[in-house]
Amino acid sequence: MALSATASGWRFKQPSVIPGFGLTLGFTLTYLTLIVLIPLAGLGVRSAALGWSGIWTIATDPRVVQALRVSFSTSLIAALINAVFGVIVAWVLVRYRFPGRRILDAIVDLPFALPTAVAGIALTALYAPNGWIGQYLAPYGIRLAYTPTGIVIALIFIGLPFMVRTVQPVMEEISREVEEAAATLGANRFQTISRIILPGLAPAILTGFALAFGRAVGEYGSVIFIAGNIPYVSEIAPLLIVIRLEEYNYAGATTIALIMLIFSFAVLLAINLIQAWSRRRFGYGN
Amino acid sequence: MELRIDKVRKEFDRFPALHETSLDIRSGELIALLGPSGSGKTTLLRLIAGLEQPTDGAIFFGDEDASHRSVQDRNVGFVFQHYALFRHMTVLDNIAFGLNVRPAAIRPPKREIERRVLELLDLVQLPGLEKRYPNQLSGGQRQRVALARALAIEPRVLLLDEPFGALDAQVRKGLRKWLREIHDQTGHTTVFVTHDQEEALELADRVVVMSQGRIEQVGTADDIYDRPTSPFVFSFIGESNALPIRIETGQAWLADRPLGIDVSGEADGPATLYFRPQDIEILTDPPGGGLAGPVAAQRRVAGTRHLELEIGGDRTRVEIEVPADYPIGETGRVAFKPKRWRLYRNDGASGN
Ligand SMILES: Nc1ncnc2c1ncn2[C@@H]1O[C@H](COP(=O)(O)OP(=O)(O)O)[C@@H](O)[C@H]1O
Ligand SMILES: [Mg+2]
Repeated sequence: MALSATASGWRFKQPSVIPGFGLTLGFTLTYLTLIVLIPLAGLGVRSAALGWSGIWTIATDPRVVQALRVSFSTSLIAALINAVFGVIVAWVLVRYRFPGRRILDAIVDLPFALPTAVAGIALTALYAPNGWIGQYLAPYGIRLAYTPTGIVIALIFIGLPFMVRTVQPVMEEISREVEEAAATLGANRFQTISRIILPGLAPAILTGFALAFGRAVGEYGSVIFIAGNIPYVSEIAPLLIVIRLEEYNYAGATTIALIMLIFSFAVLLAINLIQAWSRRRFGYGN
Repeated sequence: MELRIDKVRKEFDRFPALHETSLDIRSGELIALLGPSGSGKTTLLRLIAGLEQPTDGAIFFGDEDASHRSVQDRNVGFVFQHYALFRHMTVLDNIAFGLNVRPAAIRPPKREIERRVLELLDLVQLPGLEKRYPNQLSGGQRQRVALARALAIEPRVLLLDEPFGALDAQVRKGLRKWLREIHDQTGHTTVFVTHDQEEALELADRVVVMSQGRIEQVGTADDIYDRPTSPFVFSFIGESNALPIRIETGQAWLADRPLGIDVSGEADGPATLYFRPQDIEILTDPPGGGLAGPVAAQRRVAGTRHLELEIGGDRTRVEIEVPADYPIGETGRVAFKPKRWRLYRNDGASGN
């Protein structure tokens, strides 16, 4: 075959039986450029107008720093909590057959489908000091709404489907036989879960974590209702961007956006690298 | 370790996957469960392992009733058709897993575990591969690792469910021999499931033929092949012909033609005659008995030729084996009589 004969040192991609690599890669790059890169470059251009010192001033503004800190820390906590409970939800959906399973399965997608403002209003109604749940907590001095905890609650809600839907298919694929093999070798339930099932799920959990985290960092609609938006306490970075925009301070807004972008990209890239490594090592996905 | 399966029965949601079954497996024996798909082989094997609980009956490991012991406590080595290796672990960690999960009190030291793993890798002829991951191994190598992993726990019995089922023919043959060698070296009581009769007959000390959730026959390859106790076993093992005949006046008849075979001692009545293509004798004289018919088809099978003849008024097709250079006469008819055969009564009784 002509294909295999052209063995010339470095190759962009091994010849494949699936045709159209060049075409689809070209399409992908164009598409990403139009949809993602050009708007993002716009961000850079806008902030560049400020010059380095201008950017630095905004980036070190205590209110901006605090907003970024709130955004990233609440997103991280929410994604971590989802990593635990999302896996449990997926486990229940995959492993057990019970009446109402389909309904439960559908409910998981609700946070996807619901307008985020609706979610925000509903959550606030629940957790506000006079809300259904909030009123029982208020006497003990526990406040959820209008605090960073409230933000975390909203972000958990938003991120859950990302976690469940990423882990679920992989979990379905882990064959029963692998667990049975562990059992015949003497492993108890705990050992099977901690040494076999969870490590097997790790790449999927990482993906779900990355998605939930990414979504949470950018979340606006559901958070602003429950957050209370107190500067330096429960003000998230996306809100600060909106505030800057309303002040016609476009350069300020885009600079905050740029900082968020860089942080998010760094986190997602790190997660992707970890995954690529584990995929190479354990052969997931091939 | 002797195994005794005592009146075990298994139903899945009322569906009887295994009817009441008893079987004694001798210590150190290599025994095959052979049968078509869905005959209950896997179910029986999983019952022994404790991966399923019997609906009824008991399973003894030696003198001890193991029925209520958990899988973990039974100490059986189980090898799955699709290997079921832990793919996030190296070959070394896979094989060591059974030792590593032992409670600290009976867990060998790390050094000792590693030594044993390397020893097992030598035994399964994969030295030097301990650092690989399962996806870096071929199918045959994975199954060797799976076996090493099962052997690592020093199992009381070794159970293999179609261990070579996912491998290609060449590799299968190689592994078959190799499994026999390992068995002879380690002496484990071994039960393996297969739907491949060649594999079962070649490899096992005794073969258990199963059909529709029942044991049809237990015996050596010779027993099963030469003395099948039921029409099912006769037709499942090797090639066979079945002809509906009649016994009358001490003769076997196909319609109004005597077959010329000795049926003395057989009671009168309808019966089915089973014989194998190669167990026949060609009749060259103008036939005064035997079976004859025109050649409807022929095919070359290695060193011999198989002829399909249409026999009798309703043109029942039978297949016979003749030398490759056998001349078919101008008439296109061939006459023969079975040399070895078995009669099965329609009520299940048999004789020959
Ligand atoms: N977990 C199960 N639930 C329901 N039916 C089962 C289950 N396992 C096996 N069966 C049924 O029991 C019968 C025997 O199955 P099995 O032991 O797997 O056969 P074999 O291994 O000989 O192919 C089949 O009809 C199969 O459909
Ligand atoms: Mg089976």
